[in-house]
Amino acid sequence: MSAEALNLVLFTVITAATPLLIAALGELVVERAGVLNLGVEGMMIVGAAVGFAAGYSTGSALIGALAGMAAGATLAALFALLVVGLATNQVASGLALTIFGLGVSGLIGAGFVGLKREAAPHLAIPGLSDLPFVGKLIFGHDLFVYAGLALTVGVWWFLTRTRAGLTLRAIGDNHASGHALGLPVRRVRVQAILFGGACAGLAGAYLSLAYTPFWTPGMTAGRGWIALALVVFASWRPWRALAGALLFGGATTLQLHAQAWGGVRIPAQFMSALPYVVTIVALIVLSVWDRRGTTAPAALGKPFVPDR
Amino acid sequence: MRKFVMAAAALAASLALGAAAVAQEKLKVGFIYVGPVGDFGWSYQHDQGRLAIEKKFGNKVETSYLENVPENDSERSIEQLARSGHKLIFTTSFGFMEPTLRVARKFPAVKFEHATGFKRADNLATYAAKFHEGRYIIGQIAGKMTKTNTIGYIVSFPIPEVIAGINAFMLGAQSTNPNLKVKIVWVNTWFDPGKEADAAKALLAQGADILVQHTDSAAAMQEAEKAGKLAFGQASDMIKFGPKAQLTSIVDDWSAYYIARVQAALDGSWKSQDVWGGLAEDMVHMAAYTNMPDDVKKMAEETQAAIKSGKLHPFKGPIFKQDGTEVVKAGANLPDKDILSMNWYVKGIDDKIPQ
Repeated sequence: MSAEALNLVLFTVITAATPLLIAALGELVVERAGVLNLGVEGMMIVGAAVGFAAGYSTGSALIGALAGMAAGATLAALFALLVVGLATNQVASGLALTIFGLGVSGLIGAGFVGLKREAAPHLAIPGLSDLPFVGKLIFGHDLFVYAGLALTVGVWWFLTRTRAGLTLRAIGDNHASGHALGLPVRRVRVQAILFGGACAGLAGAYLSLAYTPFWTPGMTAGRGWIALALVVFASWRPWRALAGALLFGGATTLQLHAQAWGGVRIPAQFMSALPYVVTIVALIVLSVWDRRGTTAPAALGKPFVPDR
Repeated sequence: MRKFVMAAAALAASLALGAAAVAQEKLKVGFIYVGPVGDFGWSYQHDQGRLAIEKKFGNKVETSYLENVPENDSERSIEQLARSGHKLIFTTSFGFMEPTLRVARKFPAVKFEHATGFKRADNLATYAAKFHEGRYIIGQIAGKMTKTNTIGYIVSFPIPEVIAGINAFMLGAQSTNPNLKVKIVWVNTWFDPGKEADAAKALLAQGADILVQHTDSAAAMQEAEKAGKLAFGQASDMIKFGPKAQLTSIVDDWSAYYIARVQAALDGSWKSQDVWGGLAEDMVHMAAYTNMPDDVKKMAEETQAAIKSGKLHPFKGPIFKQDGTEVVKAGANLPDKDILSMNWYVKGIDDKIPQ
């Protein structure tokens, strides 16, 4: 395989990893706050529909991306109202959100089927982007890719280096104690959920604005679920989420390249199942390593009703 | 939940339609789609056929459709159409076969038409299209147009329709360019734009300069356009996604068949049958030949005419399997039933069919 081909392989791995990474980072923060939102796929597809609609109507990828984030956050607000406001079952509410999102995105996108627009602009730094081999790989992506990397650093810094991050983690581990200490449990959770929604929406907008710049119903094709698996795989840590996204994105992309190359032949069905298999393996490894049995936020998925 | 809501909506809609039907004596024609009408592919093309019926027959017919009907839960939807006075019902996906058969037994006075299936009854006809005829033509074009002698072929699942498509493409290509090689990538989905785009990128990186797809989204076409390469569209005309890339598209066109069957139902000549139509029956239709020199265009048009008139059969002998065994002798054509159950590659394809 030539250097140029290898370069392209790596390039596509990064682009395939980006939507997984962005959505997973959002969900990671939500789960660290103790809320399980299974509606990632739904928020993502609405972000894709609204992102494309806004991008197409205004001609601006940036406005499209912002609209996608707003749409994801809007859906998340609905979820927050249910699980934080009314303390409903988080699993059921999240699943309902996914189903709702898939339906409503079809409605929003109905007028935009069969339309296309130019892909979001790619970075081009004179000199740097033209460097041999690394130029395009490091300096030639669209802005979503860099946003994903910046988000990884930002989430890591927020969770481990700020007081607000500490508060959020404390609430995720024990909301009753947090509440007793006077921490604003519900406000923090709502903010986390909105952030998660905006990230899922941005990941969806990336699909319809940059990855394959058109809208078509169901275009997320299960990436929201892979992002959920990714959070568990990463054991709720941002840098591991980055590594996992490259692994999960790479697994599917590399097998396509392997087929085209004509060398190795791995069943496509196996590669589709791989992210989930890897997640199960990761869970087992984590469970064996950590004697307490889990590294998940202790209050994850438990509804919180403040006692007066 | 979504399925439930859809089904409930479908139920309500068909009940309402049923009430309206009593008032007038129109022929009510119903359609069941597996996807959304807006998929710009399979279901979209069936709906174009429905609109053609409305246009042709005006107030003599009344059409209605249920979209997004899940295959494994379609019986209720089909039955509701039958109960609400629809006398001719088209079910347009392979997976509707058993449910359609069961409902057809319950409603002997209603006429049913099932696309791409093989089970029939006195009131249940089947119809499908010979997409491989179009694939023979695009093979010939690819053979002439490729500069790298490498074609990238993106495929969904190893079912006979897809494999027959690959073989027809290869036979067409070999007739114009014996050195042509085809690289095949199985994406294991009918529809995942991101994955289809990745497959397209992978094939372009391996030197393919023309992309062929047997998946449903326009992602591969868009990648070809972006890379300045060429591509063939699938199911619907994708020229909007590749104005400089699209050579032609193999378009499903059900309008002529649907109009003929409604006409038959109206004048009482409808009979159960099995139609496998291609270019000659206007079920398969080639989008305009673009982005190619005039001589290639002329060749494509001649081949299209020859297949249409029956002079040329895409699977005419001699045909050899990959291992060199002869399947069809010179002068003979491969029988339809062998095309419908095809599970082998022709000689010259360097790939193994996934098991």
